[in-house]
Amino acid sequence: MQGKKSPRKVSLFIPCLVEHFLPRVGEATARILTRAGMEVEYPDRQTCCGQMQFKTGYQQEARKMARHFLRVFKDSEAVVAPSGSCVGMVRHHYPELFRDEALLLKQAEALGRRTYELTEFLVDVLGIVDLGAEWPGKAVYHDSCQVSRVLGVREQPRMLLSRVHGLEMVEMEHQETCCGFGGVFSLEFPAVSEKITGDKASAVVKSGAGFMISAEPSCLLNVGLYLEKMGEHVKALHIAEVLAHQAGEPWN
Amino acid sequence: MELRVEEIKQKAAEAARNEVLHQTLSTAGDRFVALREAGFSQLNDPEGLRIRGRKVKERSLADLPRLLRLLEKKVTDAGGVVHWAKDAAEARSIILDLADRYGVKTVVKGKSMMTEEIGLNRAFSRKGIEVWETDLGEFIVQLADEIPSHIIAPAIHKNKEEVARLFCEKLGVPYTVNPEELTMVARRTLREKFLGADMGITGGNMLVAETGTLVLFENEGNIRMSTSLPRVHVALIGIEKVVESWDDFGVLLTLLSRSAAGQKMPTYLSLITGPRKPGERDGPEAFHLVLLDNGRSRILGDEVFRESLFCLRCGACLNVCPVYKRIGGHSYGWVYSGPIGILLNSELLPPGSARDLPYASTLCGACVEVCPVMIDHPKLILEFRRRLVEDPVWKGRRVLSRIVPIKIYAWISVRPVLFRFAGSMARTFQALLAPSGEWKWLPKAVARWGAERRVPWFKRPFSSRWKKLKTSGK
Repeated sequence: MQGKKSPRKVSLFIPCLVEHFLPRVGEATARILTRAGMEVEYPDRQTCCGQMQFKTGYQQEARKMARHFLRVFKDSEAVVAPSGSCVGMVRHHYPELFRDEALLLKQAEALGRRTYELTEFLVDVLGIVDLGAEWPGKAVYHDSCQVSRVLGVREQPRMLLSRVHGLEMVEMEHQETCCGFGGVFSLEFPAVSEKITGDKASAVVKSGAGFMISAEPSCLLNVGLYLEKMGEHVKALHIAEVLAHQAGEPWN
Repeated sequence: MELRVEEIKQKAAEAARNEVLHQTLSTAGDRFVALREAGFSQLNDPEGLRIRGRKVKERSLADLPRLLRLLEKKVTDAGGVVHWAKDAAEARSIILDLADRYGVKTVVKGKSMMTEEIGLNRAFSRKGIEVWETDLGEFIVQLADEIPSHIIAPAIHKNKEEVARLFCEKLGVPYTVNPEELTMVARRTLREKFLGADMGITGGNMLVAETGTLVLFENEGNIRMSTSLPRVHVALIGIEKVVESWDDFGVLLTLLSRSAAGQKMPTYLSLITGPRKPGERDGPEAFHLVLLDNGRSRILGDEVFRESLFCLRCGACLNVCPVYKRIGGHSYGWVYSGPIGILLNSELLPPGSARDLPYASTLCGACVEVCPVMIDHPKLILEFRRRLVEDPVWKGRRVLSRIVPIKIYAWISVRPVLFRFAGSMARTFQALLAPSGEWKWLPKAVARWGAERRVPWFKRPFSSRWKKLKTSGK
């Protein structure tokens, strides 16, 4: 399992959605990495990876943001983020943005290789599957497209969740189907997005789970806020929140 | 039925609320997905086969001029006639001239997306020539005056109750929802048409250059009859469908039939090399092959978009697409639908007409996983979006809603101090706009987004929590 030489120091990459809407996910990520024996740092000049600009076609703007990102994390040994889509942006799309600029392309490719989604970092790089976490209840894991399809991370979150004490994992119908957010898609086609999200929310409710766990902040907000508005009692959680909770710790 | 790609947003919103449509599409879509999975699970190396399929298409398209010339020679040697059509109008006039020359009064057609692409049925009707669709699904959509909503299942959007009502009304038969009885109604109606038709028109799934053979896949037998009973057979096919050899054919055969419906082989596989030869009992007196460009050579010249010409028209990407399953094929506004429809409609329609189409995708990538030739739909869709931001008309309509916010956000994002400040301003505004926990005012786009969801709340940001977190030793 332990593939690469283990880094000792990690830089947190806190995506803009986590920074503003889900700061507790950032805190949980920091706790997990510290508990995993890492020296954790937070480069405080970081802002946003530019995914929205890139996916709406504004490559020039995305390129400026990517250059900023490359500067901020230039010296990081490893960069870890609690988001699949932002890691996908850095790993797969930064090299596309700089395909005509040799030096930046090289930097982008190198940084892409050192940038990890949280669960793949824990399992594939550190070889950790049991964090001694506890979370009583029944939960369903949502495979975010950006985590499962873009990064190919499917087993890692399941391995980690299977070791959480008190947690029972169930599956849902159409497990692999998108939650309907799709960033700008949800603004251009709100009625369609809403219906797809509704289908996902129904599948979550039907699974009988009390929690929906995801490794992607955008799906989490999308489905979580839908469930909330519908008055459903299923709570949407980031996988970091679950993994960070130790037995006997207070609940907040 | 008139479709307009410009109306995709309205059509998609209406369709999304149609729960009957969603049920119908989901049930049929899930069945296709299960069939495809079962079909692929029998293969030793499905990924290897997909790679070989992609290579066949890459190689064939790289050598297209030579393969087309070879094909023309072989078809001609076999007694067929090859026609070249640069666009839809030319293709229509070639086929109408042929109908004229052979004194055609009735035409039977096999399922063909290409004839939809050139609007052939309407052209025939204007000339007073009777046309009958003979594929069951196509027959249904023809009776309903619609167009196909799925590449391989044209009437996928109709449930059996709707078909029953349609047959009752248009064919004057008693109402029944029994699928077998409904099929028998279509069969009885069409049997007469086959026997009386002067011309059979089909599309084609492949062309094998080395022997000049047209390849047709089907499960109903109607294509076999359309190509063998009438005096004249005309096949209309896109130039990108040619492969060099029977080895290439073998690779694509396996991929196409398994991707479409999980079959090892289609129920009927027709390999047609020229018209009936002396001594043969079946087949038409004349065979005409119309090779249509209609924008394909332009797409071929585009480094990014040429990949969409790899498409085998299996329909697998539609069946797994969450957006397609909610909005159905007609919302896409033209002949093709689903992820591949976003690409083909945008490429083949006049520039500027399909501006909203590249946004009809969540970029979830389910399509890439099932595509037999590994077309990277999201990558191509992103390229359309990239080119759109340089389109003056598109830009003009989105100055305040899109361009200004995106550019301001990007500008602030490379200024960390300002970025933090803007975040805290947003939090302050939220306190003013939603003092009691309910929003009093939101920008229109955000309010629409939040119609069925809550709009998220700005919290005290992580960056300002970090120092405390760090000193507390977590």
